[in-house]
Amino acid sequence: MVELDAGAMLRTQETERHYRQLLGQRRLYSVLIIIGLLVAASASLWFANETNAGKFFDRIPYFFDFFKDLAPRDGWEIWRALFDLPSPYDDGSLQYNYPVGRVYLIGPVYLPEYFYKMIETLNIAIVATMFGTALGFVFSFFAATNVNSNRAVRFVVRRFLEILRAFPEIVVAGFFLVVFSLGPIPAIMAVAIHTVGAIGKLYFEVVENADMKADEGLRAVGANKVSRVWFGIVPQVMPNFMSYALLRFEINVRASTIIGAVGGGGIGEQLRLAISRGHEAKTLAIVLLLFTTIVAVDQLSAYIRKRLVGEQAFALQGALA
Amino acid sequence: MTDLSLSEIEAVATRHPDLFQQGGLRRFLPVFVVAAVAAYLGYVWVFFDVSKVLDRADWEIAGNYLADWIAYEIRPDLHLEDGYISVSYPRYSPLGSDPHPEWVILERADVTIKEVVDAPQDATSAQTQSGFMVNAPVVPEAGNAVADPLAVPTKPSGFMGAGGLVGTKVDEAAPTEVQTRMSNEVVSAQVEIGDAVISVYPDHTEIDRANGERLLIRTSLENGVTAEGALPDWAEQKEVGGKIRMFFGFAGRVEVENDDVKVRRRFLGWENFFFDTRSAFWGKTLGEVVQMILSSEEIVPGKANWQVAYSDIANNSEWQHGDVWTKLLQTIVMAFMGTLLASMTAFPLAFLAARNISPNLLLNQGLKRLFDFLRSVDMLIWALVFTRTFGPGPLAGISAIFFTDTGTFGKLYSEALENIDDKQREGVRSVGAAPVLVQKYGVVPQVLPVFLSQALYFWESNTRSATIIGAVGAGGIGLKLWEAMRTNQDWENVAYMVVLILIVVFVFDNISGALRKRLVE
Repeated sequence: MVELDAGAMLRTQETERHYRQLLGQRRLYSVLIIIGLLVAASASLWFANETNAGKFFDRIPYFFDFFKDLAPRDGWEIWRALFDLPSPYDDGSLQYNYPVGRVYLIGPVYLPEYFYKMIETLNIAIVATMFGTALGFVFSFFAATNVNSNRAVRFVVRRFLEILRAFPEIVVAGFFLVVFSLGPIPAIMAVAIHTVGAIGKLYFEVVENADMKADEGLRAVGANKVSRVWFGIVPQVMPNFMSYALLRFEINVRASTIIGAVGGGGIGEQLRLAISRGHEAKTLAIVLLLFTTIVAVDQLSAYIRKRLVGEQAFALQGALA
Repeated sequence: MTDLSLSEIEAVATRHPDLFQQGGLRRFLPVFVVAAVAAYLGYVWVFFDVSKVLDRADWEIAGNYLADWIAYEIRPDLHLEDGYISVSYPRYSPLGSDPHPEWVILERADVTIKEVVDAPQDATSAQTQSGFMVNAPVVPEAGNAVADPLAVPTKPSGFMGAGGLVGTKVDEAAPTEVQTRMSNEVVSAQVEIGDAVISVYPDHTEIDRANGERLLIRTSLENGVTAEGALPDWAEQKEVGGKIRMFFGFAGRVEVENDDVKVRRRFLGWENFFFDTRSAFWGKTLGEVVQMILSSEEIVPGKANWQVAYSDIANNSEWQHGDVWTKLLQTIVMAFMGTLLASMTAFPLAFLAARNISPNLLLNQGLKRLFDFLRSVDMLIWALVFTRTFGPGPLAGISAIFFTDTGTFGKLYSEALENIDDKQREGVRSVGAAPVLVQKYGVVPQVLPVFLSQALYFWESNTRSATIIGAVGAGGIGLKLWEAMRTNQDWENVAYMVVLILIVVFVFDNISGALRKRLVE
């Protein structure tokens, strides 16, 4: 060890003191933040419990009752409900009338009701994603600094996208429910409008990170604005765009299920009806179908995204929620 | 730039055949994609039966509801009686219980009214009349003048000639009897709406527009509603003798039926936003309200004036401010608590699920599948399940967000942990630190900013999700919005709640954005 002279010793002590001071300050902040969070959390929980229809501790035993109620009469009931096979318990009530919902395609070949409804929900999600990304694609170039130099237009487009993103989906759905009456079109509108806002924001950030050399080259040979964007920027950003669109599709499948539950049709509505009427086999069949579909969609989309943009695809997950 | 001759261009093309002669798939890929999209859209068109839905779409109602977002209607109802008009307003009119708007000018006069009386009375006093016995001159009354008996001249010179009253004997065997009496009633009304003036009389209605267009509509119980001349394009009649509806753009519309003229006049703005018509502060200017609050004179005995003002605002029957604010707070609480609890639960679990941190493969895989399960069972399913358990309210919403996001956070956190730089951990371990300390000093500092920034992202997005799952019964502003939309009456309330939600989302967006920026730097 090297002997320290008096001056160096003093400086070390000074550094040490400063370090301890900073550490103390940080600890104080951490404690204050934790106390603040605790206060906010307990106030929130108290408020939530107070304004809830049932109180937490009163209701918690019923949580398990609910799962007990969900047990079907026998294990095959779930499959009968899922594939619309006749049930031995059929007493003419809605609870066991599985074959009623069959959608006949050709002769005796039928699509079980819940599969049909699931396809409806998937179609809602696909159409909404298609229209939403197409519009978001167009808007993103107007919002990107490196493409659109007009500050005012950029500002307006960005605020517009923000409003579309924050606008509650159920209001859009509810409004179009009045115009079109019940059905999938209001759900498509609601999901698509939200998609435009969400995807537009992500897209213009991607566009702003694009390499502008290709664009410069095109400008040098006298290309106009549209061809500069189309040939200079779009090929670069396309993999990212597609990847975001797929992620959005995953989210939209869930969103269209929820919108379905509030009147947009599809599997969400069936689930809400089954749960609220206490039809255990139907509920479980729908949950099973929905779960499988969501897992399948997520896996498929993750696979394609990995092929498109590599490992980066997974880092994006949080950014899109 | 050098100009290329044709032979030079061809030379370039032969040197790079791969660029100019791309494979069939690559060359036709755009065409394939467009064709596939078109085919799919065609299929969806059929699947959803879009043409039929569009056919049935009611765009007129959409326009009306859209206007209701920012406007309110005053709806005088002019009922055409036999010889006079009775004017009424809906029970909860925005103008209070006894409205007299100045754009409705009423003319009053003494008229004789026929009444059918059940009990037989002295037959000679009963008189039958054509009913149109007006005692002129009439006095125009505007605005809030209530019938003043003294102001009405009583000298009769009616349509029915000298004296006016012609008595005839009624069949005495009749079980009912027609009786007449004199009364001061409205005999004509002039309503301004947009650029038009609607003059309503008991047997006809005239519409005069500023551009000189004029429409005369005759109304009678026997012949229904008939317009004189062709109907202009701003009026419609679906069947002969049926009601005629006239549209004046944003200003409103008028419906003429054979015994009724319904006026719907629209005004820009949100009516009675602070105080409803029952409040003592109703219709006062801001200065007057402040003065009333500050004055020592108690409006409600035993209660301070500002308390009265606050409770009047919170309990506003039309806008229900208090309820809306509570519900909005519920939604905020749902998002906040759901995200907080989920990230706190996922934090330790993610360490157990990351294969580079806990070497137990069974535990890793088990937890990861659990995360996938929680995430993939949709938030909707959780919301419905917990609504059944706890009843509608924020507890159901908190639980739904908590369950879904524990899965999402678990997945994201464990993936972040698996991607950490191992060097720091090794360094801490090499000086002999205990396993917990290795995590605390070797791992947590690397991932904490990412964890927190993810949590903030989800807090922000859950504020939006909480609105939606609220509508399926999880409580909060979502349910309130849905109820307001279901009744189709309160689109201005919907607009109000949407504005509140947008404000909350923007505020949280900015808070979370600013925090994330500080975390990452």
